Amino acid sequence: MKKELIKGNIAIAEAAIAAGCQCFFGYPITPQNEIPEYMSLKMPQLGRTFVQSESEVSAINMVYGAAGSGARVMTSSSGPGMSLKQEGISFLAGAELPCVIVNVMRGGPGLGGIQPAQADYYQSVKGGGHGDYHLVVYAPSTVQEAVELTQKAFHTADKYRIPVVVLADGVLGQMMEPATITVPKEEPLPEKTWATTSIGNSSRKPNIANSLYLDPYKLEKHIQHLAKKFDVITENEIMVEYNDIENAEIVVVAYGTTARIVRSAMNTLKKEGINIGLVRPITLSPFPTDEINQACKNANSVLVVEMSLGQMIDDVKIAINGEKPVNFYGRQGGVIPKASDVVDEIKKLRGVI
Amino acid sequence: MKQVFKKTTMLTDKPFTYCPGCTHGIIHRLVAEVLEELGIGQDTIGVAPVGCAVMCYEFFNCDMHVSAHGRAPAIATGIKRVYPDKIVFTYQGDGDLASIGTAETIHVAARGENLTTIFINNAIYGMTGGQMAPTTLMEQKTTTSPTGRSESLGGNPIKMSEILATIDGVCYVERTSVHNPQHIIATKKAIKKAFQNQIDNKGYSIVEVLSNCPTNWGMSPQQSLVWMEENMIPVYPLGVKKEVK
Ligand SMILES: Cc1ncc(C[n+]2csc(CCOP(=O)(O)OP(=O)(O)O)c2C)c(N)n1
Ligand code: SF4
Repeated sequence: MKKELIKGNIAIAEAAIAAGCQCFFGYPITPQNEIPEYMSLKMPQLGRTFVQSESEVSAINMVYGAAGSGARVMTSSSGPGMSLKQEGISFLAGAELPCVIVNVMRGGPGLGGIQPAQADYYQSVKGGGHGDYHLVVYAPSTVQEAVELTQKAFHTADKYRIPVVVLADGVLGQMMEPATITVPKEEPLPEKTWATTSIGNSSRKPNIANSLYLDPYKLEKHIQHLAKKFDVITENEIMVEYNDIENAEIVVVAYGTTARIVRSAMNTLKKEGINIGLVRPITLSPFPTDEINQACKNANSVLVVEMSLGQMIDDVKIAINGEKPVNFYGRQGGVIPKASDVVDEIKKLRGVI
Repeated sequence: MKQVFKKTTMLTDKPFTYCPGCTHGIIHRLVAEVLEELGIGQDTIGVAPVGCAVMCYEFFNCDMHVSAHGRAPAIATGIKRVYPDKIVFTYQGDGDLASIGTAETIHVAARGENLTTIFINNAIYGMTGGQMAPTTLMEQKTTTSPTGRSESLGGNPIKMSEILATIDGVCYVERTSVHNPQHIIATKKAIKKAFQNQIDNKGYSIVEVLSNCPTNWGMSPQQSLVWMEENMIPVYPLGVKKEVK
């Protein structure tokens, strides 16, 4: 596998194909259009399925049908399209159907804009659809990582029977970077004995892809089963990256594109002798609560940087549990914070400016 | 003694949850008998709607998906794209198919998906307690058209079969009724054709079946059948609306 200069969206599409994605259903919306466009050419050439659905509502329900039938399936969208998918995502979570949902985030609310943002954190991590459920959410910060996490997303989805979100943003989707499209080596997965393959010659009972439990006691049991499963995921699947946290007076928590900006701010500050650490959650759900608390143990304060009004900060505050100040710096609406802005913010926090 | 009649194997032993006199049950039996008679039951995957028939996933003796309201055609598309050689059907009410799921209905047809849809038109929202449906007749009283459906407040009944018949990619559209035995037999024939078309890879087939809802119409089962014949059929004329041979 050789390294190539590749656009984030195309890399995600190629990664999915390499991971054995059999079906892609989607509807155009900027800034993720390259994903369905690429799929529309490549999937039929490979004898796989591409359908441009009539809406994101339909796309996510096509995902439900294909996932329930046992196929590896993906959809991608952004902004208003992600909002339309939420009903379907709730049904997928309820019916425990594995699938991969890529959100290349843009600015909102409403039609908002088409520039990069991180304003869908709540929607992805806290629910978005109705009911008691959790998704797994991966947040890549480079094109290479987008490749690897997209592929991992398929595996995690199949391993736990859960919808998995790859939460990228417009920068990652549109940016070109050198990356290698890996072919994932996967551990053996449980057989999809629950899939609606039709009964055929077997003697099994009908398989039902379903999220309906009219008896509240049965629904409660089902929800608790989903919660227990998520506990196992929390136990096993948390991913987090640390940079220079050992002697940091301030630890910054940032994910995705924002973490890269913070890293270049850190380099500037280091030259001035200011030690800043970075904790980058790679799984936003499950959230690295204990990991963040530990990483910030020796810091005086914590700074959360996001391209939003501050959404992940709620989870960071839970992690820090009142032990020290948790500050925020963010830009909204598709405005990308500059490294120099982050430098200034950190200096302000240290009382130097 | 020689057995001359038995229940179709394509229905489970679960008792139906439908109200007494509701024709959902008759239509279930027709679909199940057709699946058995065509010898395709083992290869079938069905999609249940949201509506009174949501429970049909417990009644049809095959693999099933339970859909979100109106989304059955999209789900069926997903299934069929994974298993092009299996038989996939949706069973949908009028609120499901002709209101919240209209986009899905039109586009599954326009794509010419090789699927079968059984469309139950009972001119009302049964499951939620008798609200106005897109198919509710003019002047018909429902819980959200308490003084009768008027054009200014409630718009006009949608004739889905006629609409679908205009769409390229649709193979077969027929409207039938189950208000008497003669029409029940005709409905079974239509349902059989709609599944045979799928076996023959002909594209999208739909049978709109005029059905009743004695509970929410506020009628006895007997009265409801008469009401269907006298009031529904004039607005929703029976017959083949499109057939590609
Ligand atoms: C998104 C959404 N909106 C509303 C409902 C509530 N709801 C359940 S069934 C139904 C109407 C069903 O009517 P119809 O499709 O005509 O089927 P019937 O019950 O008459 O057989 C509605 C509005 C729902 N389940 N989901
Ligand atoms: S409410 Fe109406 S449609 Fe529903 S089961 Fe009862 S009679 Fe049938």
